[in-house]
Amino acid sequence: MNYMLRSRWWSFGFRSAIMLYFIILIVLPILGVYTQSFSLGWAPFWESVSDPLAWKAVLLTIRLALIATVINVLIGTMIGWVLIRYRFFGRRILNSLVDLPFALPTAVGGLMILLLLGPGSFVGDAAQRLGFEIVFHEPAIVIAMLFVTFPFVIRAVQPLLEEMDKAEEEAAYTLGASKAKTFLRVIFPTMLPGILSGAMLAFSRGLAEFGAVVLVAGNIPGKTLIASVYIFGEVESDNPQGAAAVSIILLTLSFLILWLLNVIQSRRSGV
Amino acid sequence: MKKLWITLTYAVFLVLLIAPLVRIFSGSWAEGWDGFIEALTRPQSLHALWMTFLIVIIVTALNTLFGVMLAIYLVRADWLGRRMKQLLNSIVDLPFAVSPVIGGLMIVLLLGPNTIIGTFFEDIGFKVVYAMPGMIIATLFVTFPMMVREVMPVLQEIGSQQEEAASTLGAYSWYTFWHVTWPSIRWGVIYGVVLTVARSMGEFGAVLVVSGNIINKTQTATTLVYQDVENFNIVAANSVALVLAAISIGLLLLMEWAKKRKEVH
Repeated sequence: MNYMLRSRWWSFGFRSAIMLYFIILIVLPILGVYTQSFSLGWAPFWESVSDPLAWKAVLLTIRLALIATVINVLIGTMIGWVLIRYRFFGRRILNSLVDLPFALPTAVGGLMILLLLGPGSFVGDAAQRLGFEIVFHEPAIVIAMLFVTFPFVIRAVQPLLEEMDKAEEEAAYTLGASKAKTFLRVIFPTMLPGILSGAMLAFSRGLAEFGAVVLVAGNIPGKTLIASVYIFGEVESDNPQGAAAVSIILLTLSFLILWLLNVIQSRRSGV
Repeated sequence: MKKLWITLTYAVFLVLLIAPLVRIFSGSWAEGWDGFIEALTRPQSLHALWMTFLIVIIVTALNTLFGVMLAIYLVRADWLGRRMKQLLNSIVDLPFAVSPVIGGLMIVLLLGPNTIIGTFFEDIGFKVVYAMPGMIIATLFVTFPMMVREVMPVLQEIGSQQEEAASTLGAYSWYTFWHVTWPSIRWGVIYGVVLTVARSMGEFGAVLVVSGNIINKTQTATTLVYQDVENFNIVAANSVALVLAAISIGLLLLMEWAKKRKEVH
């Protein structure tokens, strides 16, 4: 009896500790940002958000993250497919390398891009002679986002392809469908949920990216200043309320994407 | 057709992943071995690497403990209703959706020198923001989902039958955990640990905002790389980055190994 009681107290304490940790670490800070941005009422919030530099930064981030996501979907689908379906020299190594951007600090990723494409590098000089600007301009931001979000689509597509019944594909093929038609009608629909959820993850990560971008973007307000760098600047210049106001636009957008993702996934497992 | 696709895949990897890696390696040798060593043995480099090491150790320990416990609760606990579990389950992912800079900002807003809690801690002589505790909290926030997300699917997959059988003689106890649950979630946990180590070592945005990046005090390896680049000290930045990249590749190999063991199980 005594033992039972003690163990119940223990488990109660344990539960409370874990839940408290969870709420203090995750929920409280998020609520804090929302309350802080409205702490002075609507007017200052509106003022911070409608600052042209602020909304330009947000729009730029969304546009560039979209471009990076589209590129990601194209190469991610291809690589996911190639790595699962074909057997060739070096496949295993490439497959392990996919996760490199997850393992690598983002600041290191940014530095790599800076060194590879920046002024004085072979590619950078060649591009400049052709009249392109890469580093400290939009292309560099897209490349940085692409690098950081590279694994998402691949890793989302691969399990679906592995699970897929090859018989379906063979049936379509033997029934006279062309290779392209088989791909479009049989394989692509199987991959689609993976592509979508990978793309959404990549997009929300692209919106949020800071480390890789801050080093290569040049951060010129209104031109190459993306939202997370803008927020960082506001914090540095001691304007946490303004930083919070822009943060909640970005946050709300990301939460929406996350929610959509959840809906897609629960639908999939529901079928 | 097959050849074309494989070649294209190789091309993407070469351009996007391998070329940058090679460039970091060659870049840190720009001034030879001496330059590399010199950049690494600067007092601020040693201090920054030490800070990163400390953060990784503390964060990984805390995150593993709380992550595994929370995963077990979210999958097994009856005292949480189904609705409640779903809600908590979706909250776990929130840090993934939050930009690291915003994560750092949250902690400054909540615990910064101008807040109630912040002044309270400062009065008792405990600095949170612009000091180590804040940096640890920020990293904990960012790495929170890693462990939970690795352990939960394993728990769901193995089901609770074995555990129930083991604990028919008593409540869920340490004995049940160590002898029944742990052996099956082991590789999931190890994989989660590797992910947490990688992420906490590489965390930049949140730590930059919270730490204030004070040289020789709150500077971590990644924020030192940033500062070196800003000061146009590229070789030094390269050398520190090379150390980080080498560790990352080591972690990547560990990840592969853990993944293989996980699948075997």
